[in-house]
Amino acid sequence: MIPAAFDYAAPTTVDEALALLAEHGEDAKLIAGGQSLLPVLRLRLNAPEFVIDLGRIDALRGVRDDGGALVVGAMTTHATVATDPLIAQHAALVSKAVRTVADAQVRNRGTFGGALAHADPAGDVGAPALALGAQFVIAEQGGGRRTVDAGDFFVDLFETAIGEDELLTEIRIPKHTGWGAHYEKFVRIAQQWSIVAVAATVRAEGGTIAEARVALTNMGATPLRATAVEELLRGRPATEDAIRDAVSSVADGTSPPADLNGDADYRRHLARVLTRRAVLTAATG
Amino acid sequence: MTKIHLTVDGGAVSEDVEPRMLLVQFLREKLGKTGTLIGCDTSNCGACTVHLDGRAVKSCNVLAVQADGGEVTTIEGLAATYDGGELHPVQAAFHECHALQCGFCTPGMIMRSVDLLNENPDPTEDEIREGLEGNLCRCTGYHNIVRAVQTAAAAGKGEEQ
Ligand SMILES: Cc1cc2nc3c(=O)[nH]c(=O)nc-3n(C[C@H](O)[C@H](O)[C@H](O)COP(=O)(O)OP(=O)(O)OC[C@H]3O[C@@H](n4cnc5c(N)ncnc54)[C@H](O)[C@@H]3O)c2cc1C
Ligand code: FES
Ligand code: FES
Repeated sequence: MIPAAFDYAAPTTVDEALALLAEHGEDAKLIAGGQSLLPVLRLRLNAPEFVIDLGRIDALRGVRDDGGALVVGAMTTHATVATDPLIAQHAALVSKAVRTVADAQVRNRGTFGGALAHADPAGDVGAPALALGAQFVIAEQGGGRRTVDAGDFFVDLFETAIGEDELLTEIRIPKHTGWGAHYEKFVRIAQQWSIVAVAATVRAEGGTIAEARVALTNMGATPLRATAVEELLRGRPATEDAIRDAVSSVADGTSPPADLNGDADYRRHLARVLTRRAVLTAATG
Repeated sequence: MTKIHLTVDGGAVSEDVEPRMLLVQFLREKLGKTGTLIGCDTSNCGACTVHLDGRAVKSCNVLAVQADGGEVTTIEGLAATYDGGELHPVQAAFHECHALQCGFCTPGMIMRSVDLLNENPDPTEDEIREGLEGNLCRCTGYHNIVRAVQTAAAAGKGEEQ
């Protein structure tokens, strides 16, 4: 199937894109890599009248070092993020998670910012961004920029803090240099969205967990940060038994979806098992 | 209509297209390059894989207007990118290893395999299987496809020496 007809523009600056958003209002849709949007348009689940392509705005691409944080342009592809040496060194959790997204062809087109803005609860980039305390830079009408913390960015299913006439320009990821990291994704077949996945990054000292950050994929409408478990992990030995004990409450209070891949109880069970594996691997390499 | 200018299989192309036209439709319907196939409606199967600016993409999930200014290589132009003969070494290896039955997945499999070997000239079997996860084959059970990629990788190594 092919999309319903639409008009199209490919601005080369963020300001032009914002002006087009203002002009076309709710009839407009931004396209980044198109890897989530085009399937939706082809199935005619959505039919915008105007499509604004962000693909020609060079300023939205690339990864740079900004002292305490890395800055990733919203239009940087998954393929670039997965292989970027700065990200591998300072935010290994992101590299590892992005490598599990979709397949190579989709990663060559799909973008980090597009995936975050799309906010699919089964998507693999939200949990690592949340675990690392990423900040989201949003361009507003009038030329201003505001920064939103990860905890406030994910609002609901497919809903973020980005307003209808705004766009995400970059993601700031605080450096976690030297932290071990692992993204444990549970799927039954190749190239599948996460049934449940867990993002964990750990600063180990000797055989002890000094600090841990943990977030869950597809255990609710948005990625969830497991702060209580992070506290319980602090100071524990990095052993399987100690970690199993510390993470046993990770699914408490969550409302995971139920679908053909599993009911809510099964997902809670998965969350406990996958958190243990993710933290253990992150802590011991 | 939007005018686009791009290079397809080494030739310059300028066409007016509707913005909603998919790259795969453009290749098949406007240019008659039916070597690139459509196997699904959900961007899962990989049959439509081509190279856009040197990287494998699913051409059913790219708008033709997004490829404006770019360079596209399809299965039909692949051999010409390699000056050693009638077939690209990956095509030759698919032939040699009998890596196809009905052949519907083959153009996409080959285009992705070339991209995989460009990224990683000496992949392990697991890396090949994982690297081809975006390409579905309903006939072969994949074993001969993996062998073909291994064979092409080995041939590539021979060449470098
Ligand atoms: C076969 C297949 C399998 C997949 N499997 C996975 C998987 O396992 N895990 C996973 O995480 N993802 C998966 N994906 C989705 C993939 O990660 C997409 O790349 C991603 O969801 C969207 O990124 P995009 O750049 O293609 O965005 P687009 O599809 O272009 O846009 C997505 C949405 O975000 C909005 N948007 C995009 N950029 C911005 C911006 N800068 N500011 C504001 N709004 C913006 C668009 O308007 C649109 O609503 C899969 C996709 C396919 C086709
Ligand atoms: S036709 Fe493009 S992925 Fe199936
Ligand atoms: S050979 Fe028939 S689908 Fe692969």
